[in-house]
Order: sequence, then structure tokens, then C-alpha cells
Amino acid sequence: MALLDRHLAFLAALREAGLPVSLAEGLDAVHALAAIDLAERKALRAAYAATLVKRQAHREAFDTLFDLWFPPVTGSPETARERPAYGDPEVRRLRDELSRLLVEGDDDLLRDFARQAVGAYGRGSGGGSGGSPWFSYQVLRTLSPDTLMAGLLAAVLTERGGLDEKVARRTFTRRIERLERFVAEDVRRRIAEETGAGKAARGAVRRPLEEIDFLRATRADLTAIRREIQPLARRLAARLTHRRRHGGRGRLDFRRTVRASLSTGGVPLTTHHRPPRPHKPELVVLCDASDSVSSFAHFTLLLTYALREQFARVRAFAFIDDLDEITRFFAPGADVVEAMTRMTREARLVWISGHSDYGRAFGVFADRYADAITPKTSLLILGDARSNYGSLNLETVERLAGRARHAYWLNPEPLRDWDTGDSAASAYGAVVPMRECRNLAQLADFVESLA
Amino acid sequence: MTLSSPTDVRERLAAVDYLADDAIATTVYLAAALGKPLLVEGPAGVGKTELAKAVAAITDARLVRLQCYEGLDEARALYEWNYRKQLLRIQAAGDQEWSATHDDIFSEEFLLERPLLTAIRRTDPTVLLIDEIDKADVEVEGLLLEVLSDFQVTIPELGTITAARRPFVVLTSNATRELSEALKRRCLYLHLDHPSPERERDIVRARVPGIDEALATRLAQVVAVLRELELKKPPSIAETVDWARTLLALGLDRLGGEEIAATLGVVLKHHSDQERARKEVVAGDATAR
Repeated sequence: MALLDRHLAFLAALREAGLPVSLAEGLDAVHALAAIDLAERKALRAAYAATLVKRQAHREAFDTLFDLWFPPVTGSPETARERPAYGDPEVRRLRDELSRLLVEGDDDLLRDFARQAVGAYGRGSGGGSGGSPWFSYQVLRTLSPDTLMAGLLAAVLTERGGLDEKVARRTFTRRIERLERFVAEDVRRRIAEETGAGKAARGAVRRPLEEIDFLRATRADLTAIRREIQPLARRLAARLTHRRRHGGRGRLDFRRTVRASLSTGGVPLTTHHRPPRPHKPELVVLCDASDSVSSFAHFTLLLTYALREQFARVRAFAFIDDLDEITRFFAPGADVVEAMTRMTREARLVWISGHSDYGRAFGVFADRYADAITPKTSLLILGDARSNYGSLNLETVERLAGRARHAYWLNPEPLRDWDTGDSAASAYGAVVPMRECRNLAQLADFVESLA
Repeated sequence: MTLSSPTDVRERLAAVDYLADDAIATTVYLAAALGKPLLVEGPAGVGKTELAKAVAAITDARLVRLQCYEGLDEARALYEWNYRKQLLRIQAAGDQEWSATHDDIFSEEFLLERPLLTAIRRTDPTVLLIDEIDKADVEVEGLLLEVLSDFQVTIPELGTITAARRPFVVLTSNATRELSEALKRRCLYLHLDHPSPERERDIVRARVPGIDEALATRLAQVVAVLRELELKKPPSIAETVDWARTLLALGLDRLGGEEIAATLGVVLKHHSDQERARKEVVAGDATAR
């Protein structure tokens, strides 16, 4: 394939993966290619990245596709071998070599090692029709790098425990992750060689973090999302403050205007205004803390608390089949991780069954905390509206919602799953406007519209 | 001085103590070769502004800096007429014809240059640093479009001023808001992130001469561990460097639990972050001893 064709196909693949690559940017990339040494793969990658990828969220997709379209090596000189059983001397030799490489930490050697391992053990045995003939899990199962940790730590540490171990553990975890990535990269490359890059690209690209469903996220995803909350809150806060400040100017500040006009001979060239009074809503959050949706409630709470300054007051309540106020765990300056664990440990959320009972929870709320809702309050309910076929207590919800200035219900389930099984989404949706909130992007949109 | 290749860029940056990786060197080289503005994005304190300064240093250019903030407007960014002086001129004119006065007061003498216009009009090599563009209002981006794509400024009374010599433009952003597509399209993009412990060690050694290599390594590793805790504000490179200087000033040559606890304030500036670090990093070390 000529370079230009490859370039165009690469651009098309990027667009298909959701990167907004414009015509002008494509041309810039071509100019950039002319300016660098094409034999330098790192420079090539940097040139494409600088001209085509303008959001860091797209970087991972870009790297995956780049490796497919511009593979570092081609062909597979190694002969495929039968996957040996655990304890085979061959495996022991490989694992010893891997340990050595991990201690050294040279990325290039590690990558070569991954390539050889994939060549030897990555070939699928079944040869089923249409299935991809290379698998990374076979390689990783053979090597099982995770089980090397104890040996690695013993190799570099004189005594266990403490900061030294933490540092070493972190270093090796990162290196093992890199090895896994190299293996996955090489597997994709081999698949691309056999079936074409375009076909291999499909499904290889992960969606950006902010579009991952809360309810389907893996543990690693959840950690990554939690890390994203603080920066997101900072971005939202900046945007909100900005919007407030520009939401119309306040009254004319006569004194300052006259004072300023003195330096221009009494002509008021510039007028000064009093800062506008921003409207800050009070927020009452009611969240379902049962296992099925707790991660979602967790993120929403974290985000609303990170944005505390944007609200006049935030009160939070959690429920499963009993309800308790959890505001106290989120005192200013409190550690968020701590707050979450304390909440699950100390708050009284379970009454009998430990399954969500929306009807009872709303009833308890109306009995004990009805005064929390005033005409200035925005009421926010978080949950999947799955009440395990219990009572719904619709009148109470309607009364609460009617008393608040605004009421919203955020449902982390995809729209198509509403009203299936024990979900009472439409019933509640008729009383409180319900919105789908599956991922970080939707959550951010909502919180911005709220404040 | 022109830049001849990514390797050249990297070597020269290293000579002014800015340690660039492949991506940084290639992107800076491309920005110079294609004459396009460079948009550098990343968390606070990873060396975005420093990169612009380093580029100015290696190309023997003067750095013209436009610090963006909320409410920044044309008058602060581009140019402004010196109203007071114009007013004086009009008052002093007395009986003079208005048309003569008019021509007079809209001339060079009454023009106050602001950073963008300064950078455009300079004939010597210039690096224009537009710092923290995300802090400025969206309208400022619109204002920048003409400057960044055609390197020209239009002043109604004087006409269009085109750059005599294209400045090397660096825009930095902390990504507190998404910049407009139009602006991004005109720029090359570079994302800077917290460096790997190895690179950070090298940066510390370059920036803090006299620090022991083992201590620098240790410092970089500890900072890497700190960054993985869930902190409100992870430590930046600048803070790591400060930490290294602190250790040097205190004459500490090892970094164990006690030393970290005593100097934690240099890198972590939120109370809850410090508590967290004490619990997860320092406490573990104390029990080990």
C-alpha cells in the first residue's frame, strides 16, 4: 500500500473511532510527515498525534490504531509451540527471563520478549471459522506475570514492608501492566496482518472513560473514573463561576464610575458595575445505596460534594430499605475515600431485608426529614427505581417533589432497560422527571444544568 | 537560530536544562517547521510555561507573554488607544481644525501595544506565550483566530498589520474548559503529563545541582507513589523540584518516613491530602522501622 493510501485509510479509521479529524488537520499531518524522518517511528507517531489528536481522551484510541496501521515489525519468525503445562522447565526458563527483564525495566527488551512469547504461545488452537487466531490471554496465562511479584520484591528488597516495598511494588505493577499492553499490542498486530488493519481495528478501540457505563464498568474502570471526578469538578466549577459572572451585570456602581471618570477629565468612559448576585440552589440528594447502583450513587455524591461551593447548601440522604442522613460524613476538607467507607459502615441504611425498598425509604424521609425540602431546594433522587416489587409510595414522592423548587431523578440504567422486571421507572417518571445518566459525560452535563 | 531536527531540538533543550522526551522534541520541531502555533495542555506544574521559556532560550528569541485571566479583553491583549493622552491632545489643540486633530490622535504615538501586537510587530525572533488560555473568555479565542492563522492584526484606524516575522506561538491550557474546535484546528497539540520516575529523576538532577543521585531517584519514586493516592491535587514537577531543594537546604540525605512527614507541606497543600499521605505512605514506613 502506498504511503498516501495508508495515510488516508488511517484517517478514515480514526474518524470511525470517533475522533473529529478535519480535512485541514489531515493536510497538516501530511505537511508534518514531509518535515520529519519517516523511518523514525516515534517521530511519526508524534507527528500524527500533534496534528490529529486534540483531546487527551482520544489518545488511547489513537495509539491503538496507530499501532495497527504502522506496525513496528511485520511477520512472525517464531514458530508456534504447544502451550506447555505449568511447571514445565520451558515455562520456568521464560518466567526467569521475564523476572530479570522486569527488574531491569528496559521497555525495548520487554517488548521483544512479549513479541516472542506471543509468537510462541499466542496462536489459538481451535482454528474456528472467522474467530481471531491469536489470543493474549493464552500468553498471559502461560507466563502468569502477576505471580512473579513476590519473587521480584524479594530480589530488590532487603526487608519487606514500609515505603520501600510500596515503591517497589508500584514500579513492578507498572512494568507488568506494560508487558500486558505489549502482548495485547502484538496480538492485535498479528491479527491485523492476517485479516487486514481495518477489520482488526473494529472492537480494538476502547471507548473513552467518560462514556463507560457506570453499571458495566470493571473495577479498574471505576478507580479510573473516581480519579476523574476531582478534575471534572474543577472544570465544572470554573465553567459555572464563569457563567454566573457573565450572566448579566449587576447595578451600576455610581461611586466607582465617577471616581474612574476623574482620570479622563470627568467623562465616564468606562462604567463600573456591582457584581451580580448569583443564584445558588440548595440541594437535597436522596440516593439508593444498595449494591446494584451504589457505584453510581457514589460518583454522583462525590461530584456534588466536590462542587459544594456552587450550592448554597447540600444535604445528602442514603437509603436501602431504611434511610439515614449522610451529610455529616462529607464535612469540608474531609477525605472522600474515608467518607465513603464511613458511610457504608456507620449509616443506618438497612431495616430488615437489605434490598432497596423505595416506598418505605420515601415514607421515612417524609416523616423524619420533611423540613429539609423548602421552596428553594432542588431535590435530586438517584437510583434505578427497582423497588423489588415493593410499594412505590407515589403520593409521598409527588408531595415532596411538589414542595421543592425542582425535582430530578437520575437513573443509571440505559433507557431501554426501564420498566423491565421490577423497574418502576415510568411510574416514578410520571411524578418526578427522570433522566438517564449512564456515564460521566451525562453526569457532568446534568450537574452543570443543575447549578 | 533555526531548529534542524527533533534530535537537535532535544539536545538544545537539554542544554538549557529542559529535558524533553521524543514527543515534546518532535512536536516543538514541527511547530517551528510548519510555522503553526503549539497548544500545550496538561495538569498544573508539569512544565508547560517552562517549555515556552526554554524554546525562547534555545532560539535566542525574546519571550512575549500574554497571561490570560477572566475578563481579558481586546484592550489588554491586542492594543488600546491611549485615551488620556488623546484627550490632552484634543484639549491642547485649541482652535486647530478637527480633521487635523483627528488624523493626529489616531497615530502611532497614541497607540498602546499589548502583547499580541508587540509579538506581531517585532522583527527579531520572538516566542509568544499565551498562558492559561482556558482562563480567558470564549470571545478571546475568537480574537486569537486572526492572529494565529494569518499572523496579522486589524486596527480599523491604521489598517491591517501583518507579521514581519512569524513568532513561535505557544498556548498553554490546564483544560479547565474545552477550547473551541476552531482554535484547536489551527494549533498543533501536545499533552504533557506527570513524567515517569526516571524522567523526573533526571529533571530533579538537572534543576537541583548538587543533589545526590540516590536521593533524586528515591524522591522521584516517592512522588510517583504519592500521585497514585487519591489526592485533591497530585504533586507537580515544580513541587518535586522544590522538595529536592528543601531536602538539600535541610541537609537531609535520605528520605524515610520521618523526613517525608517533616517536609510533606512542600508537595501537598491540602490538609486532607497530607492526612491521607501520612496514613498510607509515612505510617507504613514507621512501623517497618
